[in-house]
Amino acid sequence: MATAEDPRIIEFDVRTDEMLVNMGPQHPSTHGVLRLVLRTDGEVVSEVMPHIGYLHRCAEKIGENLTTRQWVPYTDRMDYLAAMNMNLGWALTVEKLLEHELPEKARHLRVIIAEMGRIASHLVGMGAYGLDLGTFSPFLYAFREREKILDLFEDVCGARLTTSYLTPGGATADLPGGWLQKCEKFLDQFIPNIQEYHTLLTSNAIFIKRTAGIGVLAPEMALDYGCTGPVLRGSGVDYDLRRDGEERYTEMYDGYAFEVVCERDGHYPRDHDYPPVPSETVLGDCWHRFYVRMLEVVQAIDLVRQAMDRYSTASGNWGEPIKITQKIPRGEVYLETEAPRGQMGFYLVSDGSSIPWRVRARSSSFCNLSVCPEICRGCLIADVPAIVGSTDIVMGEIDR
Amino acid sequence: MTGVDFLNKLKQQFADGVVTANLEAIDPWIEVSPSALVEICRYLRDEPDLRFEVLNCVTAVDYFEPDPKKAKKVDWEPHLEVVYHVSSVTHKHSLVLKINLARWKDDQEGQLPEVPSVAAVWSTADWHEREVFDLSGINFTGHPDLRRILCPEDWVGHPLRKDYEMPLEYHGIRGR
Repeated sequence: MATAEDPRIIEFDVRTDEMLVNMGPQHPSTHGVLRLVLRTDGEVVSEVMPHIGYLHRCAEKIGENLTTRQWVPYTDRMDYLAAMNMNLGWALTVEKLLEHELPEKARHLRVIIAEMGRIASHLVGMGAYGLDLGTFSPFLYAFREREKILDLFEDVCGARLTTSYLTPGGATADLPGGWLQKCEKFLDQFIPNIQEYHTLLTSNAIFIKRTAGIGVLAPEMALDYGCTGPVLRGSGVDYDLRRDGEERYTEMYDGYAFEVVCERDGHYPRDHDYPPVPSETVLGDCWHRFYVRMLEVVQAIDLVRQAMDRYSTASGNWGEPIKITQKIPRGEVYLETEAPRGQMGFYLVSDGSSIPWRVRARSSSFCNLSVCPEICRGCLIADVPAIVGSTDIVMGEIDR
Repeated sequence: MTGVDFLNKLKQQFADGVVTANLEAIDPWIEVSPSALVEICRYLRDEPDLRFEVLNCVTAVDYFEPDPKKAKKVDWEPHLEVVYHVSSVTHKHSLVLKINLARWKDDQEGQLPEVPSVAAVWSTADWHEREVFDLSGINFTGHPDLRRILCPEDWVGHPLRKDYEMPLEYHGIRGR
């Protein structure tokens, strides 16, 4: 048998041809049913072609046949990991067209619920990202905490996942008695656990190797593709609708103290409590997107605490929902809110009846996924799940 | 800057491009002509005072009433509207652009109306225009890769058209 002394001979023998590799639609690390067709040369990916639509349920068409309140459950089923935030986006859009003003207490209730939803969603984002990279434990740690939040949601509205709780006009019910104490207790025991996640992932040497410098997204490209949320802020763009959005949305957060999580001069807000940014990372890579999410969890805890204080002293009620058959004035509105995955927009056109003429959901994950072919170009096959996972997409929201 | 400033600026630059505007609406909108669309969008993105660097959403609304009884009561002619929501991260303002289209090209049913694509201005438009093409049936001329995105490639019709009828059968799957 001939042995190759000269390494160049081996190089010649194992030269590769370009090949199309199909990934999905049932790939476990694609956050739903996403199909990616990769054009590869050996291990190097030269092109990624996402194929979406496997979860398309015609939500927008259904919306043309239901009243605005009846469509609330359909918003849950878009981003099913952050159902509360989706409810909120739709509720605010309908209220914008109705020019409906909420009682003060209802606004603080919404902040509590929306920020708890953000924590729950980012926990899945973190846990599932661990799965994408081949580590199973963080997922269990994340779900341990998430279960408790879902228990709290169950107390509030009877449902854990498809909540339909925040509806146009306010919410379906007030927080039950003793809920705030339970929530407080949860936050107290949750905060020390965050260090565990950082030990498991953020400062883990393997995790850093898999994410640092991978899938770098320049801020200009992020804006060009309409990327929003942690994907945009991970690229160093200081933009968060809770501060920069429309008044109807930002007034919810009026007087709250919070700082938009984004890198400024090499530092994140309050990052001294958490692992430092490793030197091998580049702004806009997978690691930064992940880190923004982790810090947003801390920020959300802070906001929930502030909201609970305000809620217990606020005047008014929790906000009675509008009638199921409430007539919506003629006109059209568009409103975006800062959902955990990015800016979730709803567009509502009404002809004056109770059933909208047209509804439209602008999905944040849709835009965040559309940039993946750009940032995956030239990466290794094993990095594709790392990059797609770092955008934290939910297919239910992309396909609607 | 508010709606009136945007309108004045656009009127100065593109006298023929601006068709009409509604500044009293909750979200003020400006209707532009399809032929001037791409130039207007490029101007909106690049002008230092405007800097609309984000295209939030592209969508279409079908104004058509299939029920003849109700159709007599409406105060509009059947048409399609393409709606662009743009915003600026730099200046934190937003704007709505609209395009008014006939429902079918040359009034021939089945011939999709045409709008120039803005995918060269904002990459967001690439997938959004594919979705509008897929669901509302609008042909974006100059789009790099205009094919269905949410529905299967062999799907017939455009579901968000008001006169769309659900197929009775698709590959042996009963529709109703």
